[in-house]
Amino acid sequence: MNIVVCIKQVPDTTEVKVDPETGTLMREGVPSIVNPFDEFAIEEALSLRQTFGGRVTAISMGPPQAISALRQALGMGVDEAVLLSDRSFAGSDTWSTSYTLAAAIRKTGPFDIILCGKQAIDGDTGQVGPGIAVQLGIIPLTYVSKINRVELTSAPGMIEVERMLDEGREIVEGRLPVLLTVVKDINVPRLVSISDIRRALRIQIPTWTAADLPGVDSRKLGLEGSPTRVSRIESPPRRASKVEMIPVDSADEAASTLIDKLRAAKAL
Amino acid sequence: MSTVIIDREKCIGCRACVDICPFDALSMKDDVAVVNEKCTLCRACLDVCPVEAISMPELATQAGTPDKETYRGVWVWVEQFKGQACSISWEMMGQGRKLADQRKAILTACVLGHEVEHITREAVAYGADRVFWADDPTLAVYRSVPYARILVSLVTRYKPEILLLGASMRGRCLASSVAAELYTGLTADCTGLEIEPDSGLLYQIRPAFGGNILATILCPEYRPQMATVRRRVFEMPVADAGRQGQVIPVPAELNEDEITTRVLDFIVEHEEVNLAEAKIIVSGGRGVGGAEGFKIIRELADVMGGAVGASRVAVDAGWISYDHQVGQTGRTVRPDLYIACGISGSIQHLAGMSTSRVIVAINKDPDAPIFKVADYGLAGDLFKIIPALMKHLKKKLGPGGERANQK
Repeated sequence: MNIVVCIKQVPDTTEVKVDPETGTLMREGVPSIVNPFDEFAIEEALSLRQTFGGRVTAISMGPPQAISALRQALGMGVDEAVLLSDRSFAGSDTWSTSYTLAAAIRKTGPFDIILCGKQAIDGDTGQVGPGIAVQLGIIPLTYVSKINRVELTSAPGMIEVERMLDEGREIVEGRLPVLLTVVKDINVPRLVSISDIRRALRIQIPTWTAADLPGVDSRKLGLEGSPTRVSRIESPPRRASKVEMIPVDSADEAASTLIDKLRAAKAL
Repeated sequence: MSTVIIDREKCIGCRACVDICPFDALSMKDDVAVVNEKCTLCRACLDVCPVEAISMPELATQAGTPDKETYRGVWVWVEQFKGQACSISWEMMGQGRKLADQRKAILTACVLGHEVEHITREAVAYGADRVFWADDPTLAVYRSVPYARILVSLVTRYKPEILLLGASMRGRCLASSVAAELYTGLTADCTGLEIEPDSGLLYQIRPAFGGNILATILCPEYRPQMATVRRRVFEMPVADAGRQGQVIPVPAELNEDEITTRVLDFIVEHEEVNLAEAKIIVSGGRGVGGAEGFKIIRELADVMGGAVGASRVAVDAGWISYDHQVGQTGRTVRPDLYIACGISGSIQHLAGMSTSRVIVAINKDPDAPIFKVADYGLAGDLFKIIPALMKHLKKKLGPGGERANQK
């Protein structure tokens, strides 16, 4: 089974603190990490490989330092890794990112399953996974919480998964190849030891530029190829009123006061 | 990769750009801002620079949709589950109506499903001038490929200027597929939409970076402008059964043999009210102390007719199932009232609930970050306060009072 995992290097948003005075982000010393949802995707790829054999390829698009995210994927146990990095990829929105990643996946050869995290914790769009599937002409199955069954011996191969939707969980079966985006519930990613990282350091990670992607239309790459434009970035308005602390010396009185206030605010 | 360009002569070393940069791409060197390769060209620094020392690299011109001027009208995809329209779609219709009126254009609803004619009538009542109605057994349950195929085909033929979808799980999946296929821009998870009446340009406002920044996104050259919008951002419009609208049946594009997925089963969460739709959510975190502690959270939710939420800590500890998790790694919620009990308020949790209308925080630690976003704070023991709350709620609301109102 050939599996491709798409991963993104992101700033660790859980480490970001907001400056209480200015309301801006305090980014100093915030580490870059592998997008946490992508770790579930890597883990799932590795466990599929354990059952079915085959190869796992990790792909990431980003600046040169994104190579450390790929190192971690190699440390976890993926077989090979490719970095997509080129000045012409800069400023890509989700459309161009999907387009570029799809071109790279095509170049890696035939695949059965593509795995992505459900979204990246910096952009939070969840659009790149389905976008890649459309570019490759395969089915996207989003928010997968469990792979129930994979049949490779049948022709075509089949997969059955559980998806987390708003009202509950959907069991769906589809024909391979598919693209899955996975949620946290799917597994527990393995820890990477120092020796794993050392072993990973010996594996070469090629960097592909736009010139290495056959058939891509350079007008569809990067900022130029991206339909959306960011026109403004601001700190979210702070809540209109500051928190009103209700004294709790008597739980009884506190409860009564709170209920009255909530009713006055029409929240009850 | 390209980065923003900093004019060393103009830079006054004020650090405003360094502080705003979400990607740690700017730093100070010799009292002048310098940019590194982490720059994603997000433009955050451009707006804060007081001396306009920062500029974008030579802006590539966009090819755009060839006949973009001919795109007119606002469309809304009406989501249905088991033959029932989802309220998030009517919220989209309410806002869609306003945008269409400002632009002096018509509002179109797209209803896809099986035996869903009743939804077409509801769509008109909620403001549609026109309804495209695809009714076929292959569309009974949402599947991305057949659904996307119909929307792509309709958009290609009728050319709407704006296409809105609710940011539900299905809506986000469908929108991504349609935008990828059409080659147009899509903004996920908006919390605001405004239109420039003359140009039709849609200002799409969305939180990013775990809710730490608000970005305004435009799609200047490609059409349609697509956005998914979070639940309960826009008011639910009032249905008017007397409205008139045109209902146009359209065929399914694919037959069952051409569709390579099959939905085998659906396990509905019936334990409590579903989180996404709930008007009131009572959530528990580390301070709840264990699975046993969630009993009291459930009881309060029950008295109030609300749903039970949880922080990541509580879910990771195995006190409650993942389906209840609120936050970036779980669900995004926007109830009228969110009661956070024993939740400290990590950034990832805040990202999932900070836009709730009214937030109450109950936490022993008066310095917990949750109090920063709360409207009302009670710095005390939840195991004393919640029982008192239940007692008063039962008294003030009368037997079954609030619960009856919720249903």
